[in-house]
Amino acid sequence: MPASVSLSLSLPLSPTARSDPSVAASPFGAFRRSGLRFCGLRREVLSLRSLNSEASGRISPYPARGLSNKVLAAAKSNGSPTKGFDYDLVIIGAGVGGHGAALHAVEKGLKTAIIEGDIVGGTCVNRGCVPSKALLAVSGRMRELQDEHHLKALGLQVASPGYDRQSVADHANNLASKIRSNLTNSMKALGVDILTGVGTIVGTQRVKYGKVGFPDTEVTARNIIIATGSVPFVPNGIEVDGKTVFTSDHALKLEWVPDWIAIVGSGYIGLEFSDVYTALGSEVTFVEALDQLMPGFDPEIAKLAQRILINPRKIDHHTGVFAKKITPAKDRKPVLIELIDAKTKEPKDTLEVDAALIATGRAPFTKGLGLENINVTTVRGFVPVDEHMQVMDADGNLVPHIYCIGDANGKLMLAHAASAQGISVVEQISGNNNVLNHLSIPAACFTHPEISMVGLTEPQAREKSEKDGFEIRVAKTSFKANTKALAENEGEGLAKLIYRPDTGEILGVHILGLHAADLIHEASNAIALGTRIQDIRFAVHAHPTLSEVLDELFKSAKVNVGTSPSVSEPVAV
Amino acid sequence: MAASPSTTSVAGAGPLLSFSSSLSSPSRRVLLPLVRRSSGGAGRRAARIPAISAKIREIFMPALSSTMTEGKIVSWVKSEGDRLSKGESVVVVESDKADMDVETFYDGILAAIVVPAGESAPVGAPIGLLAETEDEVPLAKAQAQSQSQSQPAPVTQSPPSPPSVAAPSPPPPPPAPVATPVAVSEGPRKIVATPFAKKLAKQHKVDIGTVVGTGPYGRITPSDIEAAVGIQPKVPVSSPSPAVTPVPQSPAPSADTSAKAPAAALPPIPGSTVVPFTTMQAAVSKNMVESLSVPTFRVGYPVTTNALDALYEKVKPKGVTMTVLLAKAAAMALAKHPVVNASCKDGKSFTYNESINIAVAVAIDGGLITPVLQDADKLDIYLLSQRWKDLLKKSRAKQLQPNEYSSGTFTVSNLGMFGVDRFDAILPPGQGAIMAVGASKPTVVADADGFFSVKSKMLVNVTADHRIIYGADLAAFLQTFAKIVEDPESLTL
Repeated sequence: MPASVSLSLSLPLSPTARSDPSVAASPFGAFRRSGLRFCGLRREVLSLRSLNSEASGRISPYPARGLSNKVLAAAKSNGSPTKGFDYDLVIIGAGVGGHGAALHAVEKGLKTAIIEGDIVGGTCVNRGCVPSKALLAVSGRMRELQDEHHLKALGLQVASPGYDRQSVADHANNLASKIRSNLTNSMKALGVDILTGVGTIVGTQRVKYGKVGFPDTEVTARNIIIATGSVPFVPNGIEVDGKTVFTSDHALKLEWVPDWIAIVGSGYIGLEFSDVYTALGSEVTFVEALDQLMPGFDPEIAKLAQRILINPRKIDHHTGVFAKKITPAKDRKPVLIELIDAKTKEPKDTLEVDAALIATGRAPFTKGLGLENINVTTVRGFVPVDEHMQVMDADGNLVPHIYCIGDANGKLMLAHAASAQGISVVEQISGNNNVLNHLSIPAACFTHPEISMVGLTEPQAREKSEKDGFEIRVAKTSFKANTKALAENEGEGLAKLIYRPDTGEILGVHILGLHAADLIHEASNAIALGTRIQDIRFAVHAHPTLSEVLDELFKSAKVNVGTSPSVSEPVAV
Repeated sequence: MAASPSTTSVAGAGPLLSFSSSLSSPSRRVLLPLVRRSSGGAGRRAARIPAISAKIREIFMPALSSTMTEGKIVSWVKSEGDRLSKGESVVVVESDKADMDVETFYDGILAAIVVPAGESAPVGAPIGLLAETEDEVPLAKAQAQSQSQSQPAPVTQSPPSPPSVAAPSPPPPPPAPVATPVAVSEGPRKIVATPFAKKLAKQHKVDIGTVVGTGPYGRITPSDIEAAVGIQPKVPVSSPSPAVTPVPQSPAPSADTSAKAPAAALPPIPGSTVVPFTTMQAAVSKNMVESLSVPTFRVGYPVTTNALDALYEKVKPKGVTMTVLLAKAAAMALAKHPVVNASCKDGKSFTYNESINIAVAVAIDGGLITPVLQDADKLDIYLLSQRWKDLLKKSRAKQLQPNEYSSGTFTVSNLGMFGVDRFDAILPPGQGAIMAVGASKPTVVADADGFFSVKSKMLVNVTADHRIIYGADLAAFLQTFAKIVEDPESLTL
């Protein structure tokens, strides 16, 4: 039914518009686009009121060709909200997860709105992945320029490299605002309604939003996605003043570079900041509650990472200890960190440092969402969901029409995981059964060199193999054998493959080395698509490239099956 | 075979304990696969020990890198009793750089594990025993046992490895002027050292407890350790401190510019850096050398300051500083003793100055300047304070006009605020006298009747040109000065 509406509008203009991607080039492109946009996204279409006047009265200001194609795609299913609803989909939270979901929803023809309570782009763009990459880009170069040994080996001479802190900070800030405006524009261009204010769920298909001090507006939606993300987690006893004791939120502004900074927590965030701070001249002390640094990484990778990223740098560490109390610097005293043994709780030591960065993870931001209105109780703040990201209520029943993606559900707290979950939800509500395989989602830590991983770690794989009764094997290759890495004089690194020799299934890949974050996708795609080692090993890699590290890795795996997928069928005995 | 530099005869009953002493030069060895025969090479065995068939080989800790002195057993791939064939991985060893699989060159049975997983052993120490046949397994086991008893060292966590501190750092310069005015810390003060300082201390084998920290909050910094070892502080190159001004000028005046320095005769002390004088510093230097041509002498005088202190408290809210009060007092005393305000220009005559201009020494960043309070005897302390404030502002901004710093007829230098109780000033050229003021501090004094009381006393010390000012002149001047200070009401008139 809605499709015919769209046709009636666009036919008089250009009957071929929908299937012709070059439409933007035609003189009437802009006009047609705007018409289509109304069809797709405005609810007036539904009632067929004043359609023509509205359509012709507004010309889309977005000239991008890609855009017109997307809009056309949207028009294919011509989403108009189901009768009786303001929107097909309302997304609460405009971070990377909400953005990914919104874009895909438009593509699926859903009339979509996104509610942003803070700032478009959320944590990733404004206080996370994005600005930190800017700082890491600087730290990587500083590190190279300071490595006299390395430069000498390449025949380079560089005199006293230095940096200007404010310019570095500006670079990070500018990058964030640029990406933020890109994100905003991409949604506006597609006609996603951006509603400003704090979104609260009133009922299963009702959401209200509004700025503090202003009356709330209530909208109805066929489906709701919660994508409110997370905030830095600060354990009790730690007093954050934003100056000498701070979280990643403050650290990314790079307001100063302390001589000596303690980083509490040695996960991704802590590790990346240690890379930034040591390159800029700080000394770093890690405080880690577990017995090993870098918990969560494959142990072998963590060990090698310690050799490459920790031991040779101006870093020391305390493991197996909690920071029980952290007092910011004041009254001419440094920052004081009281450490207690993680197991016995005995006091162990007191550190006196210039600053402390709290990188103990992130806590879901689900307060004020109105979850009580739909009988949902959070688990440690996380919204419980099933494999389709559909929210479960306090009694374990699925709540109809409400989904939760990203950090707020805690399944995998990564920006791209949130986005993937959002796309999966949109598929689901569009009628395509879709379950996201979280084991195919890669993760990366942008130290120098980088660390990346996908799937299971070796201990996880061993546990699974014992439980399910199959054999696993591990293959490894070194960056030392890679021509491109040696040309860069960056031979340090390891790629590790965990696989099933009986089927050739890839269970996990872990890489530590130059551009590891970019290299991981061959493996994550293989896992996502179910490609087996016996097949992928015949894929050709350009020479000489770093990707040959993975080529070698796949080739070195010993799979007990033939190359043809048909041969891998189990033989009945 | 290629990989066995030393062989030990273990066969037979007796020499079971000889393993520990068999390491001639293990570190030379680079080859990984390492099993050392303990009963002679395959070929030689027949020739040398024909009667004995027992063959037990040691698996020992390989040197996986040139800097490795000890290794940690990550895991044993094989367990005791496993049959090994040539080329198989037996054990995973962790060095300072990497984890490596160590393979065997020989077939045999892993008879005994001497160093279990998780423990460390020095390079070359036996970590396991390989028996050629089942029969030798018990023998090897016995051997392993006696070995671990007789030589527990390699089994401990961190054996006292020989002092072969890797080689990454350049050899420290010769006469390491060992830094150690034994830790000044009173009581059990906690030692705080930065991560890199600790690393350096370990690398250079410095006992961190003996180093005195000079960093913020008394912490030990990398440069403290470097100083303790006698290493030249790294040239600014690698210290990426907020390089606001990336050192302009010629390629860093390093040690050998000493040719220009006057004290060229002295051999340069390693680690010293030469920084040329600024214009101001050059001027100070010139004046100080010139002052040597003037015969000076010094007279000190204790002054009670209780009254002055009380006055100061009263006028402080009006912006009057102690410096101004002292300058005013000196000016008033000078008015009564014009000779002390005079100067000797040519060595033949007195030059009596009409005005009394008090120069006050002020330390500014990297230098010293003497702004002048002109006509200090005539102006009141409030006006002087106003002037003084302006002068200070100009000094800091380096905007003093020549007549504002060179027209002094008498100088006051006060180090009392630092707790200095007395000091000796050098007479600036062109003036007759300079007064050095120490700190005022409570002192027990006895009066003529033998009553004790506590008074604040301050020592002033005047340096004067003896060509024109004699001892009695100075004494009289100081007496007047003391009277004014002890009864300071006149200062406010």
